Amino acid sequence: MSAITLRELTKVYPNGVRALDALDLEIADGEFFALLGPSGCGKTTLLRTIAGLELASAGSVRIGDRAVTNLPPGQRDVAMVFQDYALFPHMTVRDNIAYPLRIKKVGRAARHDKAAGTAEELGLSALLDRRPGQLSGGQQQRVALARAMACHPQVFLLDEPLSNLDARLRLEARTFLKRLQRELGVTTVFVTHDQAEALALADRIAVMEGGRIRQVGTPTEVFRRPANTFVAGFIGSTPMNLVPARVHGDELAVAGVRLPVPEDVRGRLTDGEQVVYGVRPEYLDHSPEPVPDALTGQVVVVENLGSFSLVSLDVPAGDDGATSVQVVVPEGREPAPGDTGWVVPRPGRTLVYRDGELVTGAAAPPVPAPRTGVAADA
Amino acid sequence: MVRVTSRPDETVGGARPATGASPAPDAAGLGRARAAGFLVPSMVLILLFLVVPAAWTIYLGVTNYRLTGLAAAHPEVVGLDNYTKALTDERFRTSLLLTLQFVLGSAVLGQAGLGFAIAFALRDRRGPLRRVVEAFILLSWILPSSVVAFLWIALLDRDAGTLNALLGTPGMAWLLDHPMLSIIVFNTWRGTAFSMMLYAAALENVPRSHLETARLAGASTWQQLRDVVFPRIRGHVLTNLLLISLWTFNDFTPFLITAGGPEQRSEILAVYVYKVALSGGELGFGAAISFIMLLINLVIALIYLRMLGRRERA
Repeated sequence: MSAITLRELTKVYPNGVRALDALDLEIADGEFFALLGPSGCGKTTLLRTIAGLELASAGSVRIGDRAVTNLPPGQRDVAMVFQDYALFPHMTVRDNIAYPLRIKKVGRAARHDKAAGTAEELGLSALLDRRPGQLSGGQQQRVALARAMACHPQVFLLDEPLSNLDARLRLEARTFLKRLQRELGVTTVFVTHDQAEALALADRIAVMEGGRIRQVGTPTEVFRRPANTFVAGFIGSTPMNLVPARVHGDELAVAGVRLPVPEDVRGRLTDGEQVVYGVRPEYLDHSPEPVPDALTGQVVVVENLGSFSLVSLDVPAGDDGATSVQVVVPEGREPAPGDTGWVVPRPGRTLVYRDGELVTGAAAPPVPAPRTGVAADA
Repeated sequence: MVRVTSRPDETVGGARPATGASPAPDAAGLGRARAAGFLVPSMVLILLFLVVPAAWTIYLGVTNYRLTGLAAAHPEVVGLDNYTKALTDERFRTSLLLTLQFVLGSAVLGQAGLGFAIAFALRDRRGPLRRVVEAFILLSWILPSSVVAFLWIALLDRDAGTLNALLGTPGMAWLLDHPMLSIIVFNTWRGTAFSMMLYAAALENVPRSHLETARLAGASTWQQLRDVVFPRIRGHVLTNLLLISLWTFNDFTPFLITAGGPEQRSEILAVYVYKVALSGGELGFGAAISFIMLLINLVIALIYLRMLGRRERA
C-alpha cells in the first residue's frame, strides 16, 4: 500500500509566502498523478513537502499507512528525480545508480549487481562505466530514473521530468516514462507546467493555482469539463473560448446571437443572470454558410498548425465592442481572413460558468469520444 | 541574407576565423612585438623587485656577510657552510618543527576547518545573522596586524587580561605557559575570514538538487559532505590550502605577540630568520635560512599543484 494522503496541508515560507493553503488530496496506490499549474502555484512546494525536503507548516502527509509529516526525507521511502537529474559528476553511472544502496549499507557486490540489473531494464548496460558528463540528456534522465528505481521506493516523485529535453526527445521520453510507470506500478507524482505533458502522462491531474487545488480529475474530465474558468483557460493547447453571456429564459444571449441553454444546466440558471459561455476551439465547427444556432463574425487570423488550422473570428460582445472566438478547422477547409464565418458548438460540449465556477447539471450527459490528435499537441 | 560573424575569441573547436586585416597569429591580433611591449613594464618590475632580491639572497647565503664588523665590509664566500650549519643547528630544526605545527594547527585545521564549518553552517542563511557574523569575521581579517596583536596581548595578559577575567583564572600566563597554542588560536582567529569567504563562494556551486538527492537517499550530513560537497569543491579546497599554508608558513605576525619566546618556544622560521639576520646580525646565515624556506614553500606548492592536477586528469 502506498497511497498518498494529504490533509489540510499548509506551507508558509519564512518570508510570509503561503505556498500551500490547507490542501487536501488523495493519490491512489499505483497512480500516475500530475501536479499542474503556472509557475508559483505551489506545485513544486507540494512535491517537495511530500518528499520531506520542505516541512509542512500545518496539516499531515501520509504515505501508505505511515504518517510521515515530520520524518526526514531519508526515512520516507520515496525517490525523487530532479529537473537537472542531479547525477554526481565524479561517480560512474554504476556508482550513481547504486548510491542510495550504498547509503543503506548494501555491500559493494550486491549493489553493483542491483545497479547492473536496473541499468539493463532501462537500456543503460553499455554506459555503466561512463560518467554523467559523457551522456546525452536522455541518457542522463534514464540514469536518474534508474537511481530512483534501484532502492524500490514506495513513491516516485518527478520534478519537471521532461523539461530539460529537446522537443523530439521529449515525446520519446514521455512514452518511455508512461510505459515504465505502468510496468513498475509504483505510485508516481510529477510536477509540470505543461498541460499537454500532464494530459498525456497522468492517470489523474490536480490543477493548482495560488497554493490551492482548483480541480482534480482524469485528463478527460479536466479537458472536457474544466471546473472553473482558470482551469478552462489553462488546459488545452488552445485555451477555451470564454464569452460573456446573459440568460434569457431558455436562451443565452452570446456575442449578439441567441443560443439555446445547454441541456444539462437547463433550469439551473436564473433569468437575466450574467454568465460566461465556454466552448473549446476543438468543439466548434466552422461553416462558411449561415447555419442556425451559430456564433458569427469576421475571420481575422488563420494559424496553420499542420493537420488543422486555428481560426480567430471577431464576434460582437454585448455593448463593449468585439471579442475573439477561436475555432479549429481541419486542413483544406480554412477560410480566408476577412471572410464572414459561422461557428456551431457541438452538442453537449458547451459549458456555462457563473462567477468563474462551472454550472453543473444533475448528471453530465454522455459525450462522444474526443477528437484525437488535437488536445495533446503542445 | 544573414551573415554569421564571430569574434576571434569565440572560435570553437580550434577553427580559426579569417581575421582579414590583421595577419597576427594570436587571438587578440596584436602581433608578437606589440604583445611583448605590453609585458615589458611588468617584467621589469618583477625583475627589479623579485628576481634581483632573490638572487641577492642566494648570493648572501653563501657568504659570511654580517650587519656589522669586519665581515660587513669584506664579506667572504664560504660556500655551503651556512647551509650545513643551519641543517645541523638544533634551534633551526626546532623552529622548523614549530612552523609545521603552526601551519597545520592554525592554517589547515584552524582557518580552513573553521572557515569551512562557518560557511557550511551559514550556507542557507540570509539576512541579519549572516551579515553580522560575516562582518565580525571580516573585521578580524582587515584590521592591521599590529592592532590585532595588541588586542590579543590585552586579551591574554596575565594580570589584567580579558580572558582570565572571563574564565575566572586570575594570574594564568597564557603567553608564557602556552605560547604555541596562543599564536595558533590567534592566527586562526585572524585568518578564518579568507577561508570562510572562499568556501562560501564554493558552496554556492554545489547544486541544491545534489544535496537533496543525497538527503532523500538517507545520507547523513557527513555522508553528504563526503559524497556531494567535497568532490564538488575539491579544487577550491586545494587552492585555499595552498594559499593559506604558504601565507602562514611565512607569517611574521606572531612575533608581535610572543617575540618567539619564552625560550624560543614559539620561534617559528620567519621569527628565527629575523632574529638571526637582524638582531644577531648574521645576514649570510639568515639569507641561507631564507633560501631553505623558499625551497620548503616550493615543495608545499608542488604537492598541492600535483593534487590539483590529478583532479583535472580524473
